[in-house]
Parts: sequence; C-alpha cells; structure tokens
Amino acid sequence: MNASSSPDLETRLLTLAAARFGKPVASLAPGDDVFEKLGIDSIQAMEMLTEIETTFGVEVPDYELQGVTTFAGIAELVRRRLG
Amino acid sequence: MTAPFVGETLSYAHVGTTLEVTLHRSVPGASCNEIGEQTLRELEALVAYLAAGAGGARALLFASSVPRGFCAGADLRALYEGMVARRGAGAPPVGEVRAFLDRIHAVFDALDTTPLTTVAALHGVVFGGGFELALTCDVLVADKTARFCFPELRLGLVPGFGGIPRLARDVGNAVVRDLLFTGRSLNAQRAQQIGLVSQLVAPGEAVHVARKVAEQAARFDAATSAAAKAFAKPLPSEWLNREKDTFCALFASPVVEAALHKFVTSTDARPYLP
Repeated sequence: MNASSSPDLETRLLTLAAARFGKPVASLAPGDDVFEKLGIDSIQAMEMLTEIETTFGVEVPDYELQGVTTFAGIAELVRRRLG
Repeated sequence: MTAPFVGETLSYAHVGTTLEVTLHRSVPGASCNEIGEQTLRELEALVAYLAAGAGGARALLFASSVPRGFCAGADLRALYEGMVARRGAGAPPVGEVRAFLDRIHAVFDALDTTPLTTVAALHGVVFGGGFELALTCDVLVADKTARFCFPELRLGLVPGFGGIPRLARDVGNAVVRDLLFTGRSLNAQRAQQIGLVSQLVAPGEAVHVARKVAEQAARFDAATSAAAKAFAKPLPSEWLNREKDTFCALFASPVVEAALHKFVTSTDARPYLP
C-alpha cells in the first residue's frame, strides 16, 4: 500500500459516497462495509462505481471488487490504477 | 405529439419526424425494463407499425423513463419460472426458449435494418438484453451514468438477443471478448473511447441530444438514407443464427437452472457483481 496516497484517496472516496447517498461524511469510516453502511443495492453500487471511475479517471473492473467490502479496499483498487 | 401506442412495458409517440419509443416497465420484481413476454409482444407491435410505414416517421428513438437505466436485460425471473414449470410438466425447456429467441431475433433484426435512422438515448443500466437492444440502433447517445455489460456467462449462457454479432460488427471482436469473457461493465466514457457511444452527454441529457441526432438524420432524402444504411450496416445473419444455436445448447445444461435459481432466490444486495 502506498501510505502517502491512500489516506487522501480514502478521504475523497468517503466524501464522494457521502455526497452521493446523502450521508454525513463524518458517519463513514475507511473500514466500514460499503453496502451495509450506505444501505445500497447492486445497481446503486454500479452507479457509485461509475462516479468513482469518472472522478478519479480510472477503470475498476467489476471482478476486482469481488470480496472488497470496505471503502479502504476500494481506495486501494483505485490507487493501483492511478499508478 | 400523438401517441399511437401506450403499452404496459413501452409506449411510442410521434414527436415531429421522429417516432419516440419509451421503455417504462415498472412492476414489482422488475427494476429496470426487464424484457419478458409482454415487452416482446409490444416490440412486435412496434415492428408491425414500422412495417406499415411508421406513420410517416423518418427516425426512431429509443429511451427509458425508468430512473435506474435503459434496460437491465432479459426477465430472468420469468425465464426461471418458465423453466421450472416446463420441467414440472415433463416438457423439455429448450423448445420454448428457442421459439422466444426466434421471435426476439426477428424483432431485433427488424429494428436493426429498418430504413429509419435509429437512435438510442441511454442512461444508467444498459445490461444484457438491454445492451443488445441498444446495439440494434444506428447511433448511441449516452449520458455519463450509462454502464454497459454482458453478464450472461455468470448464468452459464451467452447473450441471446444478437448482441455479440452486432457488437463485433460495430466495434470489434476484441471488445466482445473482453466484455463477454470477464463479465465486466464499461462506463460511458470508455464506451465512447472505443467507438460504441457516438455522443457522451451530461446526466439526464441523452434524450435531448438524441432528438437532435434524429432531427438531423431526417433532413436528408429518405431513399438516400435508407440506401446508405443498407450499405453501411449489413446484418450478420449467419452469426446471429449460430448465436441462437449456441444459446439453446447451453440452456439445456443444469448449470443454467442452478445459476438462475441462485439469482432469483438471492437476498444478497450484490447479485449483479461477479
């Protein structure tokens, strides 16, 4: 893990998710389960994935999300794609 | 605006020189215009209207009024329930599926080859059969929320509504293999980069921009436009027929029933993820 970039990415990701689903950003933490915390279904997850890809300018293949449950995990996937 | 047809799953109306088709299937258990028997019947009515002259329309526009997207594909719940019912009656399931595929291929081929210029206005989910419906159109306009996917291999199947031959024709087989073999979805920006989407627009603007495309296409001589389309967009007939054969051969596998059962009984919030 790139210790210098992931915390910033996590913060931006939490802000993005909070804004999209109307949650106070302070209520979200990097280790939270994304689906449980946001209360979203699979199509809403796709919507968030599109926003993540557009915001960060990366592609995150769906299959890489398999088993990734937390905001921190998604941030790490994005970090790998940013290079 | 005149509305020659208002159905349970879709409606169509004349807006200037364009015939606008709006998908609006919203029933319990159907979240985004899933294509089943009723949708097919109403698409068949649309194709009959086109064959009768389309009320003088020069262009055809497809859009969805369902917020979640254009279309999430085939009605898998109905497919599974039909499979179980036929098995309970001692009937082989493939025959009825083949008949359904023959009908939907006839409809999609008619949409693909209609002399009218066809434009898809896309947003949100454009998955499976919904992606395949969009691929019958000449020009795809997508807003930034659109996402494209062929999830069929997760069910032990290949796409069955003609999507593979059409995507290969329009974009290329490397893209087909990427999407088909991984089941991954593409965002609209990437879809534009590979040439699938002609115009990428802000969220909620796809219909507006698609109308402009349709109006522009209608300015040219109708016979010339029809000749240009017949020349530039050949139907990959042989490949389409092989697709139906492949789908039906796979459909007989117990893998499919198990996958469909898992899909319709799942309470997991993530059934669309691989």
